[in-house]
Amino acid sequence: MTRRFAKTRTDVAALFFTGLTGFSTLLILALLAVILTYLAWLGGGQISWRFIFGGTDADMFDTEKAGVFPMLIGTAARVFLMTLFVIPVGVITALYLTEYANPTSLLTRVIRSAVNNLAGVPSIVFGLFGVGFFISFIGGSLDSLTASPEPRWGKPALLWASLTLAVMTLPVVIVATEEALKSIAPGLREASLALGATRLETVLRIVLPNALPGILTGGILAVSRAAGEVAPILFTGAAYYLKDTPHSLTDQFMDLAYHVYVLSTQSPNVEQTRPILFGTVVVLLCLTFLLNLVAVLIRARIRRRLRSAH
Amino acid sequence: MIAEKLIFAISLTAIAMVFLIFLFVGREALPIFAGNISSAANQESQPIPVAEMDRLSPEQLRSYLNLTQTEFKEMDRETLQALMEVRVDAAKEDSTDRDALVNTVAWRYLIRPYQWTDYDKPVYVWQPVSKIHKYNIIPLVVGSLKTTLVALLFAVPVSLGAAIYVSQLARPTVKEWIKPAVEMLSAVPSVVLGAFAAIVLASALQSLFGLQYRLNAGLAGLALGISSIPIIFSIAEDALTSVPRSFTQGALALGASRWSAAWQIVVPAAIPGLFAAVVLGFGRCIGETMVVLIASGNAAALSASLLEPTRTITATIAAELGETVVGGHHYRMLFVLGTLLFVVTFLTNVVGDVVMHRLKNRLEGRS
Repeated sequence: MTRRFAKTRTDVAALFFTGLTGFSTLLILALLAVILTYLAWLGGGQISWRFIFGGTDADMFDTEKAGVFPMLIGTAARVFLMTLFVIPVGVITALYLTEYANPTSLLTRVIRSAVNNLAGVPSIVFGLFGVGFFISFIGGSLDSLTASPEPRWGKPALLWASLTLAVMTLPVVIVATEEALKSIAPGLREASLALGATRLETVLRIVLPNALPGILTGGILAVSRAAGEVAPILFTGAAYYLKDTPHSLTDQFMDLAYHVYVLSTQSPNVEQTRPILFGTVVVLLCLTFLLNLVAVLIRARIRRRLRSAH
Repeated sequence: MIAEKLIFAISLTAIAMVFLIFLFVGREALPIFAGNISSAANQESQPIPVAEMDRLSPEQLRSYLNLTQTEFKEMDRETLQALMEVRVDAAKEDSTDRDALVNTVAWRYLIRPYQWTDYDKPVYVWQPVSKIHKYNIIPLVVGSLKTTLVALLFAVPVSLGAAIYVSQLARPTVKEWIKPAVEMLSAVPSVVLGAFAAIVLASALQSLFGLQYRLNAGLAGLALGISSIPIIFSIAEDALTSVPRSFTQGALALGASRWSAAWQIVVPAAIPGLFAAVVLGFGRCIGETMVVLIASGNAAALSASLLEPTRTITATIAAELGETVVGGHHYRMLFVLGTLLFVVTFLTNVVGDVVMHRLKNRLEGRS
């Protein structure tokens, strides 16, 4: 290699280069700081005990009485239901990829590629998929099987929104679980196999318990991601206004993130409802950040173990 | 053994889902791709006379009038009769109207300009809820590309610069602060970024530059850029860190400064990865929905200006699907747009994935 690292150019150029890249980094940090402070400043005043736990029976555009409790319940219901579907499937896929699959085989490569691809599908396409597959196809078939006179399954519902989100967050759970599985010292598996345990016993009794923190991280990150998504639930279950919180899987629900969308585009009086909008934004942000913080802390522990395992 | 077979079967879910998404989004769009559906305003050769209303079953009547189940249930007999009269009148009028005979979902009307009766030159128009359903997708494609271009012009230099700084020049303590901060930015829901852009940023930019429109393509692009910084940054950072440390150490040993080691050795080695970051950032921007839905102003007019309101493919689906008749041509057109989005993002994902995979193999000396 005949590269010359000329000394004379270095000083000016180095300063310029370091300054420019450093400035980019600062710009990102500044953007984050400005956005968060501004939102907290605009919405902080609205936060109160009543705002968070009230609002079940009030006009949602009334600054004095509005609350986000029904939306919180709806969001909690849809993400909880989602974890029931996505965690088992995600964890089992990660187990297959790390414990069973031949890392260089074509099939493994295709599965990984599919996971990456799933992570990059636009969220609105997941919304369309929810309508086309879950509501029209599965819901429609269930309706014709049960011969119900009016659509019971073939309409937007909590169940379909959760399933759509489960498909969307599958890559999040797989990636996080895989990272945790790789951090388990290989000696542990070998010791178990050497003592006569079968592959399956090793996976169930040794690998899985040790991977629990990682599975937890994956679940939390998936919940945090799903809680903030609006596009996939626009047509699969979220409702503009409902008198009641959902009671069954086929009910629609009000939702925190969807409510932010409603307030910022369909409010009868944008100026007047602005405090409610930013109050809702602050609640949503606190929720996702809190979840992310927990996930980051657990993951930091896993990464430390990963370094000591290899 | 059964348990292990089960594990294997379940691990194929990801593949199955990608396949099912394509299949079921495409299925709803299929009649348009195959040309089996007509959206001509005047397609009932014989409108049904009002007197024959009772000979139709409720379901036939509903589909004849193009109503949803709930709409149909809420209407009384007189309203339905009135709607049927409208049909009869419209058919009389339409028979003299050249536009009403056009099947607007045929391929040439979707992508090529057409001179409608009221226009003085051929135009590209997306106007699904008018008497003649105009479905030209070009204004939407241009809207998506316009906002994405602005977003990338802003996000790519910033993210790549920051990725180089964080991976090559920053002290480890600085690094430990910046990476969680970027993760925090990626945890901000896009609907929140959209609301922030449409209310705070829009007013600030408008008063700063005296813009005519509060919500415009440039603003949406800027907000879109903010939302795509985390993904571009993290892929670029991943690519740069996967360049072996021995590259840098060798350069430093030869007398290079830290920045020339970074700029002349590490960055060129990681170029495919930086390219992948930009490609995946493009896919993310094209597919992002809520930011552009809230901040772009939502006017589906074709224009090259960045300061006018615009409408993207994603925002169109989000804004219009709720108002369509299931199975109707408007509903199917939105699925055509969805299929288009899926194909485009699928391709960008595959390209990004392959490039990153090859780069890592090469850097680890496995190729």
